[in-house]
Amino acid sequence: MSVLFECRDLAKSYGKVQALKGINLQLESGRIVGLLGPNGSGKTTLIKLANRLLQPSSGSIRIAGEEPGILTKEKCAYLPDKDFLPDWMKTSDLLNFYGDFYGDFDRPRAQAMLANLDIPEKMSLKKMSKGTKEKVQLILTMSRDAQVYLLDEPIAGVDPAARDYILRTIINNYREDALVIISTHLIADVESVLDEAVFLKQGEIVLHQSTDELREQTGKSVDEYFREVFRC
Amino acid sequence: MKWEFKNGVPIYQQIIEILHMRVVNGTYPPGSRIPAVRELAVEAGVNPNTMQRALAQMEQEGLFISWRTSGRTVTEDVGKIEELREKMGSHFVEELFTGLRELGFSDVQIMKTVKDHIEQQGVESLQEEL
Repeated sequence: MSVLFECRDLAKSYGKVQALKGINLQLESGRIVGLLGPNGSGKTTLIKLANRLLQPSSGSIRIAGEEPGILTKEKCAYLPDKDFLPDWMKTSDLLNFYGDFYGDFDRPRAQAMLANLDIPEKMSLKKMSKGTKEKVQLILTMSRDAQVYLLDEPIAGVDPAARDYILRTIINNYREDALVIISTHLIADVESVLDEAVFLKQGEIVLHQSTDELREQTGKSVDEYFREVFRC
Repeated sequence: MKWEFKNGVPIYQQIIEILHMRVVNGTYPPGSRIPAVRELAVEAGVNPNTMQRALAQMEQEGLFISWRTSGRTVTEDVGKIEELREKMGSHFVEELFTGLRELGFSDVQIMKTVKDHIEQQGVESLQEEL
């Protein structure tokens, strides 16, 4: 077990809005962790800080002991919450693109998964349905042999069958000593794959616990408990 | 038995229940090989650590045997499996009684209900037994 994700008094403000209010968090290898919170709770801000798409206002964040930057991008596979790839690219282009960028990209594995889904190599992202696009982006991300996987809303807006596929692909492909962080507000769908739950509320961590412990202590599912904590 | 999970009960415990059922009903026959942790985790849609925890518990109970190089198998000790079957059976009976008592049935009424049920639905199997 080693700490792969660490925040110390990490804060981020956008002007007067405090998106993260000094959070402390340690996440270890070999875990699948749910970053759970309603819209606007700071999930995406935290993930962007981990990828150096944002700079902290104060405090620090470390990925495998290092400040986010070029070195951590080698170790960190990131799936953004928005479409992030040029939509003219065909799947064959995407495979080349990922192969060029990431030394740890396992092309045969990605190809096998795409073939399994009957996605033609000549199809461009533009022509894919939302569900297919999400699957392709996830396959590319999970085909890296990374230490940390940061998945921002990987199951938002896809049908239940696609959701199952995506969760199974995550379970099937992460390295055993890697850390997987899944941010989502669709808790009922992910809770059976989570080791730990982190609840974010208005930029603060209100809970960080093993999901089995939480279920045992509260007698509720993580989803039910979440609804209680975040009742509007 | 499908992989379906209830709220409020740790998932590894529910996995153990399902594995128990699979051992008792012969889905996993004595001495047969158990699929690898990750394979089972993907099948059940759960975290591999959770599956690992459930399998470790099955080993502790002596129902699964772990081989250093070649995964896990179901115990060949049929007596052990029979013991589990009886334990699970009495658990169901207990639940039946708890549920019916909650509905206000007396034990005599429960016996009568069971008897009626057998007469209506289980006549053939009962006659075979007898």
